Amino acid sequence: MDSIIFYCIALFILISGLLAVTARHIFRAAIWLLFTLMGIAALYFWMNVFFVAAVQIIIYVGGIVVLIIFSIFLTQQAGQKMAVTSAKQSVFSVAAVLFGIAFIASIIGRFYFVGRSETLNDSVNAIGTQLMSFTNGYALPFELVSLLLLAAMVGSILIAMKHKTENKNN
Amino acid sequence: MPEVLQKILWLSTALFFIGVYGMLTRRNMLAILMSLELMLNSVNINFVAFNKYLHPEKLDGIFFFLFIVTIAAAEAAVAIAIIIHLYRYHKNIDVGETEELKY
Repeated sequence: MDSIIFYCIALFILISGLLAVTARHIFRAAIWLLFTLMGIAALYFWMNVFFVAAVQIIIYVGGIVVLIIFSIFLTQQAGQKMAVTSAKQSVFSVAAVLFGIAFIASIIGRFYFVGRSETLNDSVNAIGTQLMSFTNGYALPFELVSLLLLAAMVGSILIAMKHKTENKNN
Repeated sequence: MPEVLQKILWLSTALFFIGVYGMLTRRNMLAILMSLELMLNSVNINFVAFNKYLHPEKLDGIFFFLFIVTIAAAEAAVAIAIIIHLYRYHKNIDVGETEELKY
């Protein structure tokens, strides 16, 4: 029963992922991406890591996809289809993808990972305590990432802002 | 259930190369960004699965997941700002036709 649910989730993720990279309308591609990310959140729920699933839904589904959809509204004309990939390009892309899958498959096949059945303590309390621990935690990367977010926020406002001098020239 | 990790690795491999396929065939910058999100997500699946099934006493994979998600959000914000700015100048965000980043 457990593995049937896994296969259903995996099939959902792969089909919606394939549609997300092949759909002709970019808006539909964004919606398929949304379904893929929801499927990945379902996979995290299936793995019983609830905090990770919640973060996936809040940040990816609620943040990044909404950002992408708004920028599609800002940059695309309604009903405009994307250019068809040339046959030569898609043949070579599929060849590159198959080569990559074969490469990774050889690695996965060589190392047979034996999982352990102990349960993971992923309560928010444990995550917070270990993340901010000074002895073996990630306090410095945490602060650096917060600085990075601030810099990215200021930078994206600065880049997307309309400059007055340029508007005079144009 | 030792084979579960193996199955999840196959799933994330397939998802990663779906993202690679999209990145190689798409011409629209936003579509390329969407393929990039797929690839980042497949890596996240690997981190969380390795943490859960190989080292359940630690939480480092979940921390890497959190850092990757944060950096992906920052990267998406900056990339979309650049794309919107580029659209103002070229009225086009096709990678084949916008040949200059400098304005």
